Amino acid sequence: MKVRRRSIKDARGESTLFRYRALAGFALIVLGLAALGGRFFYLQVLRHDEFVTRSDANRVKPRAIPPARGLIFDRNGVLLADNVPAFRLEVVPEQVPDMAAMLAQIGAVVPLDQDDIDAFRKQLKQSRRFESVPLKLRLSEDDIARFAINRWRFPGVDVVPYLTRRYPFGARFAHVVGYVGRIDADDLQRLDPVRYKGTSHVGRSGIERSYEDVLHGTPGYELVEVNADGRTQRVLETHAPVPGKNLYLSIDVRVQKAAEEAFEGRPGAAVAIDPRNGQVLAMVSVPSFDPNLFVNGISHADYTALTTAEDKPLYNRALRGVYPPGSTVKPFLALGGLEYGVRRPQDTVLSTGEFCLPGTTFCRRDDKRGGDGVVNMVRAIQLSTNTYFYKLALDLGIDRLSEWMSRFSFGGRTGIDLIGESEGVLPSRAWKAANSKQKAWFPGETIIAGIGQGYWAVTPLQLAHATATLAGHGVPYAPRLVMSTQKGVDSRPEPLANPPSGPSLIRRPEDWAVINQGMQAVVEAGTGKGQFTGFPYEVAGKSGTAERFSRTTNAYDTNRNSSYLAARHRAWFIAYTPAEAPRIAVAAVLEAGAWGRDAAPITRRIFDAWLATQDGAPPQTPASSSPPATAAPPAGEEEDVPVQGGAGGMP
Amino acid sequence: MINALQARLYRFARRMLTRPRIDLPLAAGLFVLACVGLATLYSAGDASLALVGGQAARFVMGTVLLLLVSRIPPTVLRSWTPWLYAGSTLLLVVVAVLGEGRGSIRWLDLGVMRFQPSELLKLTMPMMVAWYLHPRQLPPSWKDMAVVGVMIAIPAGLIAEQPDLGTAVLVTAAGAFALFLSGVAWWRIGLLLAAVGGMIPVAWHFLHQYQRDRVLTLLDPESDPLGNGWHIIQSQIAVGSGGVFGKGWQHSTQSRLEFLPEHTTDFIFAVFSEEFGLVGVLALLALYAFIIGRCLWIAMEARDTYSRLLAGAIGMSFFVYVFVNGGMIAGMLPVVGVPLPLVSYGGTSAVSLLTGFGVLMSIHANRKMHD
Repeated sequence: MKVRRRSIKDARGESTLFRYRALAGFALIVLGLAALGGRFFYLQVLRHDEFVTRSDANRVKPRAIPPARGLIFDRNGVLLADNVPAFRLEVVPEQVPDMAAMLAQIGAVVPLDQDDIDAFRKQLKQSRRFESVPLKLRLSEDDIARFAINRWRFPGVDVVPYLTRRYPFGARFAHVVGYVGRIDADDLQRLDPVRYKGTSHVGRSGIERSYEDVLHGTPGYELVEVNADGRTQRVLETHAPVPGKNLYLSIDVRVQKAAEEAFEGRPGAAVAIDPRNGQVLAMVSVPSFDPNLFVNGISHADYTALTTAEDKPLYNRALRGVYPPGSTVKPFLALGGLEYGVRRPQDTVLSTGEFCLPGTTFCRRDDKRGGDGVVNMVRAIQLSTNTYFYKLALDLGIDRLSEWMSRFSFGGRTGIDLIGESEGVLPSRAWKAANSKQKAWFPGETIIAGIGQGYWAVTPLQLAHATATLAGHGVPYAPRLVMSTQKGVDSRPEPLANPPSGPSLIRRPEDWAVINQGMQAVVEAGTGKGQFTGFPYEVAGKSGTAERFSRTTNAYDTNRNSSYLAARHRAWFIAYTPAEAPRIAVAAVLEAGAWGRDAAPITRRIFDAWLATQDGAPPQTPASSSPPATAAPPAGEEEDVPVQGGAGGMP
Repeated sequence: MINALQARLYRFARRMLTRPRIDLPLAAGLFVLACVGLATLYSAGDASLALVGGQAARFVMGTVLLLLVSRIPPTVLRSWTPWLYAGSTLLLVVVAVLGEGRGSIRWLDLGVMRFQPSELLKLTMPMMVAWYLHPRQLPPSWKDMAVVGVMIAIPAGLIAEQPDLGTAVLVTAAGAFALFLSGVAWWRIGLLLAAVGGMIPVAWHFLHQYQRDRVLTLLDPESDPLGNGWHIIQSQIAVGSGGVFGKGWQHSTQSRLEFLPEHTTDFIFAVFSEEFGLVGVLALLALYAFIIGRCLWIAMEARDTYSRLLAGAIGMSFFVYVFVNGGMIAGMLPVVGVPLPLVSYGGTSAVSLLTGFGVLMSIHANRKMHD
């Protein structure tokens, strides 16, 4: 019976139930509307007088005070980005009787271009009518003088002082610090209108862009009383803006200067990193440009000149330029061989001048006719023996090779605090499958990957980061340009933490010692011989040369003319010093150059400049026998490991 | 031929008079409201005829839809309901997927026009709840309530995620009202409300920062006079300075001097209050009460459970618009993007509201026979 009653609907009962509910609902609604009416009664009757006063006193208007942008210093407090006073033309829309006529007439007094007018119109739409909108920035003295005479013709338009950005070092830091630009129509879409009220510039590139949030600050406001015509009568209250934080870069202007000058205008890039913490000590991309041109709107002619220049000065080669790394990958590959147990340091290979894929006629050659003879790992790094690394790459296999190399951030982002770094290409099956018409991977491609050719492409930043990671006994740090922030010039800078991005990549300290020995041998007697003579610390390095054009024959090129070679090659040099306890690691690339003798001097000049900035006297003589235990090794790493197997199998 | 046409016309006219499909009191109420809306818009929009013309065109389009929908019998609507609900929820998912990575995505671009799928839910949500409860024993059991809860939560969650809190509130309310009207016992309602109250701290955690700011600013608007506080302060100044009789049509200084933000859309009620005073406000609230009351009357006269619940829920959710919008401009509720129905400028809301009233007209046309 009970089941039956549940299954049959009681139409009449439901109808009645609904009727009660609808009435109850209506009662609740009337109650709600009455509450609303009560609130209106409270506002419109009980507090009427107060609000009438406030409505009349709405002549009191808030006016935004933009914050001063944070300054940018180098690691020693040398100013890299400054705020300097300038004048601009501002318009208060509600005071302009006829906007179109004003814009048409004012052009005759103060020259305006279309960009000025477009940005102005866009900003006009987003502002309240009583808020002033900038029309033209950085007025010249002539502009100000001409406007002063004609001011009576333009109610609502006025010359207003403001702070503009200046980069005292010009081109030297353009690719690091970047520049600010005038806020345009697109920026207005994405910027928080409250935070940017009254602000005319925003970071466009480099540190100025990636640290925009920190540099910008928080606007303040003042309450001003205006008369019926909207003219300011007096300031009632001021709430000061909070200026943006100052930034201290880890770059040293002296090292940066030496690095830039070392290129002598030849296109290329260099990055120097402190392996102990990832701090970038220098970062240059040659050629560069004057960032000051962009701050208040670059002229059309200047911009065209920059964009059409053959050597692309706007292009940040250090961050975005990708080049085949060539032989600079060899120390990393050798370390991988040790890590995976594919090679022992004393294992030798016979280099005859040519290496053929077993069972095929696919052959690749050594650089030296006739080969280097029997070489072990140290000697293979020293002489850059291709055959050794062809074989090693083949024994590792492409999967282990690319897995190992990816740990050094090849083929990925280094995580530097700049926007827009390129990832380059790390050869792998997955990369080829996604990027090539030919899906299958061939052993021949593994071989050439072993000497940094083929699909390989790395940025100078990636190679510097990898070198620093190697130099730091395998402990990876994301590269950092900003060392600390500061709330005001008088307060103490607060360091930004940069913990290692992972555990050390090297499990056995003796593995590291072998690679270190090989790279020192490069400088002492190998491809970098003679480049670091007289430098007080031991230097470990590796050269690299990558072909700019694919080779058409496998024949030896006998042309030794250096300008001919330079036109065909890109030269790399990576190095770190002191070899015992590295404090600086550098990667430098010259877009036109061959072997270490072109790129190594750049590294040398960076090291010299860096040395000059270091406190304490350097050791008098190169300590080749026993390394002096000067600097403490990175935590958890033992550094003074006796090098084993170095002599084994040496000819 | 001509005779036949004449005969048809005659029959049509007779039917319209003796048994009109349109409920004349409701239609009259809506017409007066639309006129008030256009007049207020004319004043708030700085006498822009383009603005008023555009809104009038949308009213015409909405009216056409109203008439079309009113021809669809509720039984047909009921059979379509699950598909309509599933379709509109699916569109929400599409918007959520397409909108990934961007700030707030509510629109679907159809090439010809853009529309917000969340608007559809305002109608399909109460339809679905009514459809589900229609064949079931009422008052509903805990299990049925739970099912309805899920039906409401999925689309409401998707809309809140967009984020569009205002529409999420309206959609939830529409579904909840259908449940309320189905006769859920009062003690259960009390229990549910207590549970919702207990959830508030949890919900706070899920709100976006700007939404939290809006709530916090409500408590102390003067703390942020340039940003969030600006809306609340200026809106209250507009309302309060209106007084008992108002400053008169087209004399809203708050709006004219652009102190009042969004004065043609979400904050148009403040302009109305400033110009017509407490008298105008009470008259407008009475008009809304009349429309809602008439909706509930139509619901009581309806033929079956589905029609009853649907008509009642549509009517009652109309109240939520008025209450949330009015509460916002009077500084009682946080700033949420809910328009004042048929007064605020804005296309989709007007069109979807009028379509909802089309459903009511259809239910009215198919009401119970008393004689």
